[in-house]
Amino acid sequence: MQLVFVQFMTGLASAASLFLVASGLSIIFGVTRIVNFAHGAFYMLGAYVAYTLTERLTGVFGFWFALLAAAAFVALLGCLLEMVLLRRIYHAPELFQLLATFGVTLMVEDLVLIIWGPEDLVGPRAPGLAGAVVMFGKRIPSYDLFLIVLGPLVLAGLWVLFHRTRWGVLVRAATLDRGMVAALGINQKWLFTGVFALGVFLAALGGALQIPRDAVNHAMDLRIIVEAFVVVVIGGLGSTTGAFVAAIIVSELNAFGILVFPKISLVLVFVVMAIVLVVRPWGLFGKMPPPAQAAIGTTVRPWRPLNRTELIIAGIVVAFVALQPLWLSDYALTVGSEILIFTLFAASLHLLMTVGGLASFGHAAYFGLGCYGAAFGVHAAGLPMVLAIFAGPVLAAFGAAIVGWFAVSLSGVYFAMLTLAFSQIVWSIAFQWVSVTGGDNGILGIWPAPFASHPSGFFWLTLAFVVPALAFLHMVIFSPFGYALRATRDSELRAEAIGIDRKRVQWIAFVVAGAAAGLGGGLFAFLKGSVFPDVMGIPTSVDGLVMVLLGGIETVLGPIAGAVVFKALSIWLISQTDYSKLILGAAIVVIVLAFPKGIVGALSDWRARFAEWRSDPRPSPGAAAMMAAAGAGGISGRFADPDDVAKKSVSGRAKP
Amino acid sequence: MNWPRTSQLDVVSLNAFYGQAHILFDVDFTVHTGEVVALLGRNGAGKSTTFLSIMAMVARRTGTVWFDADEITHLPTYEIARRGLGFVPENRRIFSDLTVEENLLVGRQAPREGAPTWEPEKLFSLFPNLAEMRKRPGGRMSGGEQQMLTIARTLMGNPSLVLLDEPSEGLAPKIVEQMAAAILAMKQEGLSILLSEQNLHFARLISDRAVILEKGRVQFTGTLAELDARPDVRDAYLAV
Repeated sequence: MQLVFVQFMTGLASAASLFLVASGLSIIFGVTRIVNFAHGAFYMLGAYVAYTLTERLTGVFGFWFALLAAAAFVALLGCLLEMVLLRRIYHAPELFQLLATFGVTLMVEDLVLIIWGPEDLVGPRAPGLAGAVVMFGKRIPSYDLFLIVLGPLVLAGLWVLFHRTRWGVLVRAATLDRGMVAALGINQKWLFTGVFALGVFLAALGGALQIPRDAVNHAMDLRIIVEAFVVVVIGGLGSTTGAFVAAIIVSELNAFGILVFPKISLVLVFVVMAIVLVVRPWGLFGKMPPPAQAAIGTTVRPWRPLNRTELIIAGIVVAFVALQPLWLSDYALTVGSEILIFTLFAASLHLLMTVGGLASFGHAAYFGLGCYGAAFGVHAAGLPMVLAIFAGPVLAAFGAAIVGWFAVSLSGVYFAMLTLAFSQIVWSIAFQWVSVTGGDNGILGIWPAPFASHPSGFFWLTLAFVVPALAFLHMVIFSPFGYALRATRDSELRAEAIGIDRKRVQWIAFVVAGAAAGLGGGLFAFLKGSVFPDVMGIPTSVDGLVMVLLGGIETVLGPIAGAVVFKALSIWLISQTDYSKLILGAAIVVIVLAFPKGIVGALSDWRARFAEWRSDPRPSPGAAAMMAAAGAGGISGRFADPDDVAKKSVSGRAKP
Repeated sequence: MNWPRTSQLDVVSLNAFYGQAHILFDVDFTVHTGEVVALLGRNGAGKSTTFLSIMAMVARRTGTVWFDADEITHLPTYEIARRGLGFVPENRRIFSDLTVEENLLVGRQAPREGAPTWEPEKLFSLFPNLAEMRKRPGGRMSGGEQQMLTIARTLMGNPSLVLLDEPSEGLAPKIVEQMAAAILAMKQEGLSILLSEQNLHFARLISDRAVILEKGRVQFTGTLAELDARPDVRDAYLAV
């Protein structure tokens, strides 16, 4: 009983920081409609800056001042980020916003490494609160009691701010109708910056408050952001009360999970989240969100399947790739196999996010399930290699069928957060179920059959699996099912009105995409000869998103080009620098800002202009202007207003 | 204020586009200080687009808009509102989670020289229904009450000219009368008003002049007496 009480109090104390971070996330989303992935990074920065300041400022006053100053300093950085980056992407599709803020997270991770080094840092105890209070015969740290009191105080403070000050009322008004707030003479620019600063301040304070309890380390950002996502999904995005209640639920589940079910403690929270989502899809205190901004901009040039010439070209490309083992080195062939595998991974994600409009932030889970499926096939079932590879997509499809069932009832950022959270469940199962998965030690000794044991043999094997799979995905896009899927993407309501069962179509797409990723995973397990939980971590999911984005989100062939370029570059980059995350993060931000149409999008723009020029060598200035306008109608350059884009898509096909 | 100039709002060859669809074609008209002008026309004639274009809430438009002594064409929306141009949108756009008082608070701006000044109490006497529901969230009000609140909210900005988009739309006849009385009271305070209407009867109650739009073009400009003398215009552009 005493132990239960101690765990209960520990849970409540942990809830304070989590609440600060989640409420900040929620407040920022409410007004700006941006899910700030970088929120975890700000939490981490708050902790690091507070650590540095408490080194210098000591004593009771110095310590508390240092915590507040750290949060204020990080909030200032947040303002800077808002003004430099976010102001340019408020009208961009959600996916771009999530990716851009994730890019910032990557950069911060490396910057923290450069500034503070890789070691865990242990901060000072809070002066005056270093002791413990005996309650029910157990010692409860005074600092925990302080945090337990602080949570409700912050909640009350936020309530007063939002209900008793004009600024707060303006923020609430902007949450409901931004355009109307502007029409009443309020400069939203500074309102947005202020809200962002407040949200970041809360996150950084949450991080700073953790330093007397936990060591400061450079992995704390992703852990807290996933938990914060879970909190806002349970509590309801946009509700501070919801964030408070859900933070307590999640923290208590964590505290008691370790006590009661140590083997599945990480999974417990996600199970509760799944239950909440089934009962109340928008969270305990949430409201149905406004219609999501389409994840995808408009396709200025309608998609079409490859024509005969292009098919011949594709055949020549495949034949050319198949000839590579004749001259490439073994190392290059191994890299080549990896690139081929990731084209399949990217193409499977593309089916879901570009064709289906469902931006999954947890697609690595199915890739990873594919790896484990192949590993189980070899070790548990003793299957030969080719059959074991097929065990990958089977396990992945099974996982995708379960997750997809929950996920397709949501859309937009909720879908992204939910898929991310589920991928963390799968990761934590792989991590904690040591007897089956080997946990952190992974599963070793997954060797290919003799005919594929040489890199060239494996390269051909990979090609023999990947090319038909890519062809199949391409066929799916232009099948009646693919058209139905695009219809659900473009208008849920209209699709349902013409008799398309939206959820069923999207669920099937989720399973197909999961199985295709799983096939890639099965091959990957044999390529590496081993499987570790990290393969299904968030970074792999984001790699997939970046590949699709880099290739061109509005295009059909983009993921292949994106995967080849991204994978080749990142393998090269990791061999060249220790700070690949910094460069990758910056690259993501630059792509989102400057090249939102990606490689294939830019190429087909160029091709269309060339065709225009050939049919009329001297285009009239009007036609040129129209072309430029059509380009701007997509998501190139500066982002157009979403309403405007929607209207443009109607007229975008008019002959210039 | 530059008093010798009597026109307060000048719209000069305004064109507006949604994507590549051309909506307004060289729209020209003027609102003089203290005047009530009715922008008439059927559904889809371009009335709301005209208002949105004046407020810079349309993505692409050409032409010029003058307000008082300044060109406001390229100002951002909030800056136009801060110059004293109040906008009451068509679909009311009440902040549904905010109470009546909080809705008014959002609209508040400093008093403006040469424009009538409004306080919540004065607005509650103009719209007595609102006085009885100060703490009620906007989402739990009837359509007529919301229409009154949206006008009151804009008046809190102490504008010198108000754009009213279809103030009588969807209201019960009794409420329409109250609305007409309120608009006349606003006029008596010295407020200039540009309102859009499909209901000629309502427009006649309160307006000095009429501008008729059809398919995005101005088809007629004149006093209401002049309009009455032209049944052909009325039948061509207003009859349903």
